[in-house]
Amino acid sequence: MKILSGVLILLLFTASSYAIDTGEAFDDPELQARYEKIIDEVRCLKCQNQTLKDSNAFLASDLRREIRRMISEGMTDEQIYDFLVDRYGEFALYRPRASGKTLVLWMAPVLLLFGGALVLWRILRRRMALPIDDNSSGEV
Amino acid sequence: MSRYLLPLIAFAILIPIFVIGLGKDPSQLPSPLLQKPAPQFELPSVTDPTRTVGSASYANELAIVNVWATWCVGCRQEHGFLMQLAESGAIPIYGLNWRDNRAEAQRFLQQLGNPYLDSAYDEDGRVGIDWGVYGAPETFLIGADGTVLYKQLGPLSWGLWEQHFVPRIEAARNKQ
Repeated sequence: MKILSGVLILLLFTASSYAIDTGEAFDDPELQARYEKIIDEVRCLKCQNQTLKDSNAFLASDLRREIRRMISEGMTDEQIYDFLVDRYGEFALYRPRASGKTLVLWMAPVLLLFGGALVLWRILRRRMALPIDDNSSGEV
Repeated sequence: MSRYLLPLIAFAILIPIFVIGLGKDPSQLPSPLLQKPAPQFELPSVTDPTRTVGSASYANELAIVNVWATWCVGCRQEHGFLMQLAESGAIPIYGLNWRDNRAEAQRFLQQLGNPYLDSAYDEDGRVGIDWGVYGAPETFLIGADGTVLYKQLGPLSWGLWEQHFVPRIEAARNKQ
């Protein structure tokens, strides 16, 4: 039983062995963490619903290589995102930055939530104004 | 009556947005390079590694830069058109051979003909990234001042050429 549960626990970790990235890892875990975060948030333009981390298209591996190079050259995350947006547009980022063009993307959830709350509030108010015992058939 | 009016208005606003949005081809991304200076580059030529090809090759002239590769089906599809365009002498055509194998690229040009004045050999795809290339074939129209005037994604044809390139080329030539 102990062996079985041990195997099951080990199986939980196998997902990471599917990694597509074959590039060399950074020695510094902090840089590696930054790298992993960036490739998880950049779209592979060739295979549009995948991130650079998920994709084995050669464009994705080229971009991973460039991102690795930029990190090792000491560029900030902001500079790396600028590099990508300058070449591929805001669409390349899965987490588009708040700017004039993407304002509607960022505001839409808030506005929709607010609109929905307003509609709900009005409906509830109207219902509350009705007499409690308005059952036309007389049954409860 | 008025309780139906608001949803109806919302519906009427959303439908055209959806029709336009769904009608767009999601693989055709607008290039952020349009109306901006084309990225500078210098690479060895596909046909002769000792010769360099780059932005300097088409300095001060209107030209097209066509991104191609032997593994790219669309490039074979548009090759006949490019040969005809080269023969017509309408515009200088330069190639950016992207992520390819030199020997295969040379064989491709020998077998099917070479429409390019010269092709740059971008083996590791770095110049391709600078140009925002994400899928060959892609064709850039570069103005005499080095500005990207237009970018076409996918295989070219006479129809697309007449529609998108000819008016821009004429406008650019009239301005000079």
